[in-house]
Parts: sequence; structure tokens; C-alpha cells
Amino acid sequence: MSKIIVMTSGKGGVGKTTSSAAFATGLALRGFKTVVIDFDVGLRNLDLVMGCERRVVFDFINVINGEAKLNQALIKDKRIENLYILPTSQTRDKDALTREGVEKVLNELSKDFDYILCDSPAGIERGALMSLYFADHAIIVTNPEVSSVRDSDRILGVLNSRSRRAEQGLEPVTQQLLLTRYDPERVEKGEMLKVDDVLEILAIPLLGVIPESQAVLRASNVGMPVILDEVSNAGLAYSDAVGRFLGEDIEHRFVTPQKKGLFSRLLRRSA
Amino acid sequence: MSSASQVAERDVPFQLRGNSFTMMVLKVFAPTSPNFFTQLNVKVRQAPNFFHNAPVVLDFDDLPESIVFDLGAFVAQVQALHLLPVGFQGGPQPVREAAMAVGLTPMPSGRAAKLEEVVKAPDPRQPDQQTPIPAPQVLIEVVHRPTVVVTEPVRSGMRVYAEKTDLIVTSSVSPGAELLADGNIHVYGALRGRALAGFSGDANARIFCHSLEAEVLSVAGNYRVSEDIGSDFYKKAVQVFLRDGVLSMDLLKTA
Repeated sequence: MSKIIVMTSGKGGVGKTTSSAAFATGLALRGFKTVVIDFDVGLRNLDLVMGCERRVVFDFINVINGEAKLNQALIKDKRIENLYILPTSQTRDKDALTREGVEKVLNELSKDFDYILCDSPAGIERGALMSLYFADHAIIVTNPEVSSVRDSDRILGVLNSRSRRAEQGLEPVTQQLLLTRYDPERVEKGEMLKVDDVLEILAIPLLGVIPESQAVLRASNVGMPVILDEVSNAGLAYSDAVGRFLGEDIEHRFVTPQKKGLFSRLLRRSA
Repeated sequence: MSSASQVAERDVPFQLRGNSFTMMVLKVFAPTSPNFFTQLNVKVRQAPNFFHNAPVVLDFDDLPESIVFDLGAFVAQVQALHLLPVGFQGGPQPVREAAMAVGLTPMPSGRAAKLEEVVKAPDPRQPDQQTPIPAPQVLIEVVHRPTVVVTEPVRSGMRVYAEKTDLIVTSSVSPGAELLADGNIHVYGALRGRALAGFSGDANARIFCHSLEAEVLSVAGNYRVSEDIGSDFYKKAVQVFLRDGVLSMDLLKTA
């Protein structure tokens, strides 16, 4: 049985798609057959971040509508074995997502894949609801600032009340926090919320802290999931998070301002 | 509430409102037993203040179909113990008719929560009493709505309403979440959202919380927003209640 993960946040621009791309790549790198689905119908971005935008012929919505077969829409990643992307439509809107249609596609994918990662759009409307409805596990992407934390809190409430698991009274969706764009120096100055402040409000386990890094934008622009950038803090932090997700015990790093030690540690690591 | 609507309300000579009352149910198994009132009297004397003029509902559900007894005399004897039978539930048809005839109100049955089987509690002052008195069983139940208990965090955008009862939250209440209760509200995590106790107008309702960081506090419609909550109370254990109609706060002192 495959596991369905939703990457969600409520708020936009916090790094859901970046995290989805990185996380799916990380799972595939560890040998799990993984597909990442773009639920942001009409604002298609995942294909860009994954660097496969020029190979999109059919999409998720075509499959839902029966206009294409799943195999025609799935794009196999060129870099990594076991990694597939199901892009979405740029010309339709979220109403094209029907619960039956999404369920049909997920059922079909779950025959072949170990992990199905759903990249949620922002908001708490149809697109977000559809992306989280069938989830077994939710990764909540949050930035260390109050509005993002509040929106994440809201989406946690939605997960607890409107997911399939909630509606059918099954085991609740497991939830973990991915704190992104964390800048330890600004936290120290009091300009950003501390990890503990966020955890105090959201009260869910911490999956990882991704430091603010120029590598993220650079990676997005060239269509390479940042996790493949093995010298960047962000890439390493995503790799740690994937390890933790799979049950490994990995200490959190990049949460305090690093002085000279950082550089030497990185050199040692990449050597 | 605008003053116009307050004036308008005062012009009307009455106001109809729904309300709920806690009442005892006296479950009657053997009304003809000679020990019935002796035992009931013992029970009443254990807590005379509690039982004095307490309204009770007579529950005839467990009476045998064929039972014959003088209901009027029975009710009179119950009244002699300073209990006030106000209604009844269940029972064979003849008993029901007799109960209506003496002015008892038929109550909808089936919601009683069993609290304690009082008859089972032995009298500690008579430890040597080996054989319990057989025959009449008197079972007193208190009709109440169970308190609503929430153990999960109450998230932003969530709304929890404890209708006609109390609300207990053992976790935290996030900003943007809303707690409503017709009774009291207890929050054992941090209270960061809104809490409205006495939502249907009970001015005796209170809010108790371990760490007060609320956006809005209200008891029976008297409210305060976080700006008006003094820093003396911020993140403190506090109770909120109406003192002479004014929303007041006290630190909860432990020890």
C-alpha cells in the first residue's frame, strides 16, 4: 500500500512547492518509488521547479476527465530513478478537481508507488481540500512569522475535521511541521519567531528546519530540486527531514547562528 | 446590544426563553414496599440541604405493568419528605394517567445519565450491619448534560460549542479559535483564542484558564478584548466572572 502525503500550509509563498519537489526527490533518492502531484490547478509551478515543464503534454486534469491515460500524463524524472511528476493544468481552475476523479487517480497510482506526494495550493478552498482529503500524512510548511503560523494552525484544524480519515473516523492524519525560510540571525535579533514559539502554538512534531538560503531560489530557477544541491544548507536540511520522516534519528541543525564552524563543517561534509 | 433594542425589550411584559434545569430523578421500583419511605427518608437526611424542596422527576419506567397503588398518597408522602415531585417519566398507562391527574408533568425520558447508585453506598456508621435490608430499591439519578471535554488543540477557525453545559479543554486554544459554552469554560493549555461562557445568558458562568492570552473574553454577553486585559493577567492563571454585572478577573492562587 502506498502512503499519501500532503504538503500544505494554508498561506501562500511559504515554500510548499519547493518542499514538495525536494521531499519527493529525497524519497526517490532513498529508493522509494515516488510520484509528486501538482494540485495547484491554474497556477502550475511544480513542473518548473522539477525542471520538466517542456515535457508536459497531458496533465492531472486530463486524467481526471478521462481524456488521457495516467501513463501518458506521468513524467519520469530524467535525473533520478523512481521519481515521477504528475503536472496539473494551467488553463483550468480548481473546480476541475472532483473528489471521485482525484480518488480514481490516487487509487491507480497507489498500485505502483510507495509514496504519493500531493503539493497543495494555498488557501483552504477546493484545491487545498482535495489535496489533503485522502492524505495519510501531512507535512505543514510554515515560515517563522505570525500570519503563516496562524494559517498553518487553521489548516491543521481543517485536516482534523475535513479529511477522509476525519470524516470516516479512522486514525487521524499524522502531522509534522517543516519550518522553512528560517534565518537564525534574524531570530536572534527578535525579527523572526523562534522554533519553540512556533511549536508552542502548533503543537505538532518538528520534522525539520530549513534555513533561509540563496540556494533555494537558484535551484528553482534552474529547475533542480534544492535537495540535489549537496553543498547548500537548505539541501542538507531537506535531506535530514526526509531521513527523519523515514524514522531516522537525526539531530536538528541550522537552527542557531553558525560562526566559522559552519564553513569547516560543510567542507568536511562534502569532502 | 444597542440601547434601542433594550428599550424595546422592556416594553414587552414578558420574555420567553429556553432554559435547562438540573433535576433529580427518583427511580421507583417498589412504591408499595413498607420500607420505601423509611429508606428514602434516610437518604434525604444524609444531605438535608441538598434535598430540601428539591424538584424531582418520578421515574416509573421499571414498574411492573400490573402494579396498583395510590399515586396521590405516594406523591403526598414524597412531599412530606420535602421533595417536590414536578414530573414523571415512563410507566404503565394507568400510572401515567393517575400521575397526570395529580398534576405531574410527563417528561421526555431517555436522557438521564447514571451518576451513582446511591442505594449501594453502605452507611459507614453501621459497619456491623451484616445483612442489608432487602426489598425496596431506591435509585436516585441526577439528570444533567455531560460536560464537553476537548483533548486536542482547538485550532484557528475552529468553533466548539458546549450547549447547555460546561466546556473543558485540556489542550491549548489557538488565536482565531472560538469556545462557546452555556456553562463554564475551563482551559488547561494556553487560552489564545476567544472564550464566551454563559453564552445563553447565565451570569453565574465563569471562565478558568491556566495561561490567559485570550483575544476576547465574555460572560453572558459582557466582554473584554485583549487590549483591555491588563498585563497583570497576561499568561497568568485567571478566572473570569461577573462581579455585580461587570466582567472581572482574579488571579487563581494555587497553594
